[in-house]
Amino acid sequence: MEKSGLNLKATELRLGLPGSESPERGSDKNGNAAVILSLKSFVGSGAKRVFCDATDADAKWVFSVSEAAAGRLFSPRGGGSSNNNNNNHGKVHVGSDSGLGGPVLEDGNGACVAAQSPKPVMMVQDKKSHEIAPSKAQVVGWPPIRSYRKNTMSSQSSKNDDDSEAKLGLGCLYVKVSMDGAPYLRKVDLKMYSSYIDLSSALEKMFSCFTIGQCSSHNVPSRDGLSESRLMDLLHGSEYVLTYEDKDGDWMLVGDVPWEMFTDSCRRLRIMKSSDAIGLAPRAMEKCKNRN
Amino acid sequence: MESESKRKKESPNTAELAVTASFPDEVLEIVLSLLTSHRDRSSVSLVCKDWYRAERWSRTQVFIGNCYSVSPEILTRRFPNIRSVTLKGKPRFSDFNLVPPNWGADIHAWLVAFAAKYPFLEELRLKRMAVSDESLEFLASNFPNFKLLSLLSCDGFSTDGLAAIATHCKNLTELDIQENGIEDSSGSWLSCFPESFTSLEVLNFANLTSEVNTDALERLVSRCKSLKVLKVNKSISLEQLQRLLVRAPQLEELGTGSFLQDLTARPYADLESAFNNCKNIHTLSGLWEAVPLYLPALYNSCANLTFLNLSYTALQSGEFAKLVVHCPRLRRLWVLDTVEDKGLEAVGSNCPLLEELRVFPADPFDEEIIHGVTEEGFVAVSFGCRRLHYVLYFCRQMTNAAVATIVQNCPNFTHFRLCIMTPGLPDYLTNEPMDEAFGAVVKTCSKLQRLSVSGLLTDLTFEYIGKYAKNLETLSVAFAGRSDRGMQCVLEGCPKLRKLEIRDCPFGNEALLSGLEKYESMRSLWMSACNVTMNACRRLAKQMPRLNVEVMKEDGSDDSQADKVYIYRTVAGPRRDAPPSVLTL
Repeated sequence: MEKSGLNLKATELRLGLPGSESPERGSDKNGNAAVILSLKSFVGSGAKRVFCDATDADAKWVFSVSEAAAGRLFSPRGGGSSNNNNNNHGKVHVGSDSGLGGPVLEDGNGACVAAQSPKPVMMVQDKKSHEIAPSKAQVVGWPPIRSYRKNTMSSQSSKNDDDSEAKLGLGCLYVKVSMDGAPYLRKVDLKMYSSYIDLSSALEKMFSCFTIGQCSSHNVPSRDGLSESRLMDLLHGSEYVLTYEDKDGDWMLVGDVPWEMFTDSCRRLRIMKSSDAIGLAPRAMEKCKNRN
Repeated sequence: MESESKRKKESPNTAELAVTASFPDEVLEIVLSLLTSHRDRSSVSLVCKDWYRAERWSRTQVFIGNCYSVSPEILTRRFPNIRSVTLKGKPRFSDFNLVPPNWGADIHAWLVAFAAKYPFLEELRLKRMAVSDESLEFLASNFPNFKLLSLLSCDGFSTDGLAAIATHCKNLTELDIQENGIEDSSGSWLSCFPESFTSLEVLNFANLTSEVNTDALERLVSRCKSLKVLKVNKSISLEQLQRLLVRAPQLEELGTGSFLQDLTARPYADLESAFNNCKNIHTLSGLWEAVPLYLPALYNSCANLTFLNLSYTALQSGEFAKLVVHCPRLRRLWVLDTVEDKGLEAVGSNCPLLEELRVFPADPFDEEIIHGVTEEGFVAVSFGCRRLHYVLYFCRQMTNAAVATIVQNCPNFTHFRLCIMTPGLPDYLTNEPMDEAFGAVVKTCSKLQRLSVSGLLTDLTFEYIGKYAKNLETLSVAFAGRSDRGMQCVLEGCPKLRKLEIRDCPFGNEALLSGLEKYESMRSLWMSACNVTMNACRRLAKQMPRLNVEVMKEDGSDDSQADKVYIYRTVAGPRRDAPPSVLTL
């Protein structure tokens, strides 16, 4: 297996499958379960196997995001690699993203097809922060953007604390969107949308199996909120509901408050199973009442 | 030239010889001094000894695309009268952290040679060179006629070096500092321009972040009546900008500072009128942190804009569309992908003269953000801007069909750089490789000089390139190809190839060695994270003594693998300033 030029000893990279055992590796610092995939398999250079022998220290990890047929649940477009800390300076990060979901296989025609498989969550041992971020690794020097531009853009966009959930910068208001059961977070810029309907359809495209359809009928700023019975209808009507964490750290149902108030106070979005969300309704009602 | 050939027709043979023999060198030199193109001059110097001599004496500008292809001694020996030097150093992939630090390309040895042989040097343009403060101080003190300093993508210096330039270069007309790894310790360098100094025509310090003394800047701008280009940094506020504009209505290129300030109505009107008074502005950039509220102040100025650089401004599609309506004469546009496809549609609708488009990603590493541009934006631009010939496009998805449509609309591409940001991503609609996309590009765009490919690509892409891209000079390849054949097709098929840079591809020794003779006609070859071995590199080095074959080793990698290979032609022999991590074979 050819060398990638990556210093695997300096950076431990693990692909963790729940419950799987880490194959024997020289310097296994964190003892996480690990499966190592070959980068070359994804560029299709004749290496048809996608899982290579884990003792081969030169293998690179390939992570793919599901496309087209597979995994509609998490069909991000062109998902790539990301790391919550944009540190990319010569510190080696292994892995790259083919943009396909699950391991990449070649079908008879040589086209790459995403295999349907449970998505392994990739663990990156970040030496700096000692925390394991459920994110994808970056490839050194990719995408090809000058360091100057990288540094300038990242300093412009992280005006806030790195820990804050909402990134405000460059006139955007990004909040993280997580969905129960999905391994990825997405981010949306709330400033892109002008109403709950807009937001709802965008999120629907992103995560296509939930609705807050019922919510849209209540998108009238003058309304105080939802009546209890209608909330129940909403919750019983669909499998998932959209909730958000507000400035106070409380979890609320999306749709309770006028849109502007929502964008002001929303710190994070979560698509929750409706069964879990039932407890939210009374709180939401109370908060609304208190605000008035 | 014409008269010579006429004489040849009228009086053949001996008369012919007499004509050429009696043609004095001085006249020849004067004629040749009118030649400005480097390539023309190179051709001219090959005609005969007389012409070689005349050319070398008459040449005042020299362009060196790879600083290691020649040495300062060889250069100064051949050209005694140089006033302007352009030097490029590190391989382009050093911009993306792929080259070890201290790799080389230090300007200092050149400056020392120039001080001895070109004391009247006027212009220095450097790209990807290592420049220290000491070198800048040396430059400032040893060249009394020095006029123009341009630094792009260089590193190793700080604002102290700039202070030396400002202090000592009495005849400076241009100071252009762009996208460098500069250590910005303070803005006091700007105050070092003496009060008697008035010759500045170009000042670009947009790259720097420290605050400068705005009074000093205002005074400088006021007294430099020939100032045509002013690009200030983020620390300059809107109000300060207005004061500068009022003092320099003759400006042609403007880089605004931070376009963000709480302006009340009165100062806003002043700003608008200041912009309206600058009737010659054709290039606009900066606009850091621009809040849409103040953009209308620019609208009138936009009528004559030919180059708009919004690549550091995160505008949403709506605001951007409103702005672009006012820019009908735009020829070059750089934007962030925050404008999205809708913004690009507005470009297609409003900018029929557009020739160059660059779309940069606002958040390239954060894949959780799904915004950005897609193939639709690019297609929209191609329908509206038929003169498009230069594109740099970062996107997260693309299709073969879209690219085919684009080049059908715009067949005149000279530079086509498409970066699908996820490595190896196929056509997202058909799931097929992107081979046909780049096939369409090379088949349709016969003038193509520069190509960057991305997405899932098999050897077919390279077969197409080798077969059709007959004018191709620069090719960048990453995460592509299936076998050696891919690279071989390119080496065999592209007669004008000068620069080939490859990373993370399954090309190996056979491919590398197939280009043996080819490399001497090229400027350089870069291969990293491919399948090339040290032995193959050694063989190459042995067989081609006029090439430098350098290998950069990574720690802990297999001894037999050549992790990063940089091969370039040179008349200067192997270099002696390589750091330990770089092996010259």
